[in-house]
Amino acid sequence: MRDFSYLRATSTDAARQAAALPGAMLLAGGTTLIDLAKCGVAEPDTLVDITHLKGLDRIAVDERGATIGALARMGHVADHADIKSRFPAISEALWQAASAQIRNMATIGGNLMQRTRCPYFRDPANFAACNKRVSGSGCSAIGGVTRGHAVLGTSEACIAMYPGDLATALVAFDATVHLGERKLLVDDFFLLPGTTPDREHAIEPGEMITAIAIPGSAAARRSTYLKIRDRQSYEFAAASAAVGIEFEADGRTIRDLRVALGGVATKPWRVRAVEDALKGKVLEPETVRAASLLAVEGAVDHGANHYKIELAPRVVARAILKLGETA
Amino acid sequence: MTVHNIRVGESKRGDASDGTLAEAVGGRLSRVDGPAKITGAAKYAVEQQLEGLAYAVLVESTIASGKVRAIDTASAEASPGVLRVLTPDTIISLRTASDWLGTTPPDKPYCPLARDITFSGQHVAAVVAETFEQAVAAAALVNVSYDETPSIVDLSDGKAGDGIAIDAMTKEWGDAPAAFAAAPVRICAAYNTPREYQAPMEPHGLIARWEGDRLTVWEPSQWLDGMARTYAEWFEVPFENVRLVSPYIGGGFGSKALALSHGAVAASAAKMIGRPVKLVMTRPQTFTGYGGRAATRQTVTIGADRDGVIQSIVHRGVNETSIDGMWVEPLGSVTSIMYATPNFSSKQNVVRVNSVVPGAMRAPGENPSAFGIESAIDELAYEVGIDPLEIRLRNYAEQDPHAKKAWSTRQLREAFAAGAERFGWSRRSPKPRSMRDGNQLIGWGVAAGTYPVRRAYGEAVVRILADGSVEVESSSIDMGQGTYTILAQTAAETLGVPADDVVVKLGDSRFARAGVSGGSRLAGVMTGAVHKAATSALDQLVGLAISDPRSPFHALQANTLVVANGRIGSPRGDGPDVSIAELLKSVGRDRIEATGDTMPANSTAEDRYKNYTTIAMALPHTEGDYSRYSWCAHFIEVRVDEDFGTVRVSRVVSALDSGRLYNPKLAESQWKGGIIMGIGQALLEEGIMDRRHGRIVNNNLADYLVPTNADIPDIEVISVGIPDPHSSALGGKGVGELGIVGVAPAIANAVFHATGKRVRDLPITLEKLI
Repeated sequence: MRDFSYLRATSTDAARQAAALPGAMLLAGGTTLIDLAKCGVAEPDTLVDITHLKGLDRIAVDERGATIGALARMGHVADHADIKSRFPAISEALWQAASAQIRNMATIGGNLMQRTRCPYFRDPANFAACNKRVSGSGCSAIGGVTRGHAVLGTSEACIAMYPGDLATALVAFDATVHLGERKLLVDDFFLLPGTTPDREHAIEPGEMITAIAIPGSAAARRSTYLKIRDRQSYEFAAASAAVGIEFEADGRTIRDLRVALGGVATKPWRVRAVEDALKGKVLEPETVRAASLLAVEGAVDHGANHYKIELAPRVVARAILKLGETA
Repeated sequence: MTVHNIRVGESKRGDASDGTLAEAVGGRLSRVDGPAKITGAAKYAVEQQLEGLAYAVLVESTIASGKVRAIDTASAEASPGVLRVLTPDTIISLRTASDWLGTTPPDKPYCPLARDITFSGQHVAAVVAETFEQAVAAAALVNVSYDETPSIVDLSDGKAGDGIAIDAMTKEWGDAPAAFAAAPVRICAAYNTPREYQAPMEPHGLIARWEGDRLTVWEPSQWLDGMARTYAEWFEVPFENVRLVSPYIGGGFGSKALALSHGAVAASAAKMIGRPVKLVMTRPQTFTGYGGRAATRQTVTIGADRDGVIQSIVHRGVNETSIDGMWVEPLGSVTSIMYATPNFSSKQNVVRVNSVVPGAMRAPGENPSAFGIESAIDELAYEVGIDPLEIRLRNYAEQDPHAKKAWSTRQLREAFAAGAERFGWSRRSPKPRSMRDGNQLIGWGVAAGTYPVRRAYGEAVVRILADGSVEVESSSIDMGQGTYTILAQTAAETLGVPADDVVVKLGDSRFARAGVSGGSRLAGVMTGAVHKAATSALDQLVGLAISDPRSPFHALQANTLVVANGRIGSPRGDGPDVSIAELLKSVGRDRIEATGDTMPANSTAEDRYKNYTTIAMALPHTEGDYSRYSWCAHFIEVRVDEDFGTVRVSRVVSALDSGRLYNPKLAESQWKGGIIMGIGQALLEEGIMDRRHGRIVNNNLADYLVPTNADIPDIEVISVGIPDPHSSALGGKGVGELGIVGVAPAIANAVFHATGKRVRDLPITLEKLI
């Protein structure tokens, strides 16, 4: 039987040190890690349980922005009154993710570390080739079942889709992830697969997510997360869009726009081309639909996932127009 | 069993089938097993705690076709806690068992672990260890090497061919091809359904324990006696030596009626190590360890006149089966009876592919069959410009067009009327894409469904105990449909006692024998058997009351006594009045026991064994003068997002004819469950194949999508049935499978009405509409 040791961290520093050792992994809500251990993908030698650390579950929101501790539960953040009022897209992304049971367990830090749902990644017994699991072993997904795979940000080594909702909303609003003292944009925290799809996050051994911070903005305040999927609940996005908008005083001209895509790319996917095309323009359905097509510039499909290229711009357009209606 | 709190009231002795004394049978009693289940007190089969329990974990093939070259078990055997590694070479030899018809099997050994691989996910080895975790770890160390050969992936595989013609499925009358060719209006289309899976909440598994040559198996089962027979034959022990225990079942949907190879592995392991062994499939294993619904293809051609009156139906069907097993999904079953047509032809082939042998899943045959014919008649309706409801009435079959017999009861016209009225069908705008709400295209669709009344003989024991309470015993089962409850109601009504005072014991093969709980037959069979046993017990009770000198009713006439609410007295209340307990005490009896069965009077012991352990003695639904079916009509509204292609079911009104309902609350729940499963089938469910590996990759409940509550609107069901004395002792027809039949075509028809796009391949996913 595969033994592992279990440590209950007593301080953030102790957790970081313990997790720096080879084979060690941090354990928070466990909703991803235990799942991956069951299917033979994660094989930790040591689990460092950080759920007893004090003060890491704080949620603080004011005019300048929100700071959310790494151990805050998804469900708590989704229901937080100030998050709902100042960052509706964040709240909506969270409550449309997973199931109520999982949201009550899963933490914000753990959510950022969520791995792909690629079926080939998750089945080592049947599919030995997976560059994300074993660098250089190949990709079983290319040429296989690809309905849920990415069309943006892919490489010849990996086409696995990043499945999360929260991070999609975070990159739209320039959120930063705090690794103790070091801070970096969420957009930079997630890495493109390139030739090293096994490396998904810009996090170094000995580092631990302690918080995320989201700057306050008018666009964040008027924002939404639109998630389209086959099933109405407990499913990953076929395509989703986190959108925030700020109008000029006329209530029609777009001063600021934030757009990010989920469910279609290998990482949370900010689409500045759409933002730039619409800033300064008057919000009109035709203009918005035309600009939204820029969301999938450079997209490459693998057959069964072609629909995502059609779908994603429509999701973006709908989300922008919906925010316009509430002007 | 948990006490329920509804009193039966003024039951009288009498024939419950007249419908006038329905305080017990026909009442809306809540599920008596409900509280135990929702509080976690209900102990399921594999939750038994046994001393010395060891754990088995399966190792499965990772190729779809070929041979096992070698199995290296050294590392696994050296792994901590491992008691035994079973391979085709080391597992004990079993005998081949008979099939569910009881056909004498070939006299050859049976090995539940495969050397010849015919599908991905086939059991090739198993590890038995002290703990589950040790067994899991060691199973991962079993190294299997293969000589792989090309596989036939599915029906669309170029190597699949046309398959094997199943002549027994051929149904023909008139000259269908000629009539089709001559018809002024012709419809021809192909309809496909994918592999679908039962996905019960409780995965398959068992605990097997040997004591000498006696085997006890705790296993969720839709058919204890049938499975006990298989275990007995595998291990060459007498049938009586095998005890199956299955007190609760976390969903079966057809998948838990047969003993399967994993059961043979676990029972073999238990015998080999001399300890009880528990084996539970992982969720991914439930997608290959036994069969789901076979993928199907049908072509339906309809020739009609310009008024939409059908002149000819030509139907061809194909379903997949495994390389070495045979599964026929009868695709012409609804096609041949739903509509009147003077000319008809239906034929079916099965095609061998590298898959586990498909199995029964809620309404096997009728379900995909209805998708074909109920979509095709909708296409005909648009072709001739007639309302889809009107065209169904115009072609209404006044008798069984195939058997040429009168329907026992067919309240389908009433179902169409009641459903249409409640749904508001008359307000439908006929043109496709003519109803919308913002971005949502709205569509209304209708389809009919049916399921035959499968009948068999049943047996039950009814005991009246010293305290006046009643026990009912049967080895039949309750997988959530409400058997515990309706049998309590039946005994309560027949005996004249409060339902509170009845304890129903099920799910142990030591109890009175029972046939399969499948094909929606259990309620009709078992209410009849319990009614008979209870009547016999009541006769004994009344007999004692008037014949025993110690009884206060001594020397009265039997017909002057009434048993009601647990008391015996005269109808006018002018004589003695005592409780059943008091009467038993006064006559010095501690119990009255009666066994009742509905077998023909001259049945032999062999007949009985055959009746309960095979399906060979099931009574044809067209036996005698009548053709017996349940019927339904579904009216469904969908909303299709014009940009996203997402289909959401926003309204369901279904009117159903299941004859007399033994408990409307439970019947409605089963109908709704079937409708919900139909929504999943229409929009979500599909085994997705990696064609390079011949392997289903969405083998878990995150990726194989079944509906969530958020996908399900309020569902209104209306009972339009009337008691059907030709279908069962108490007048009921089948309930459990009926609800799903016709839901998928009703949704596909609604999607066409909403969008103008006809989707003939299930499920109707967004990329087909975008």
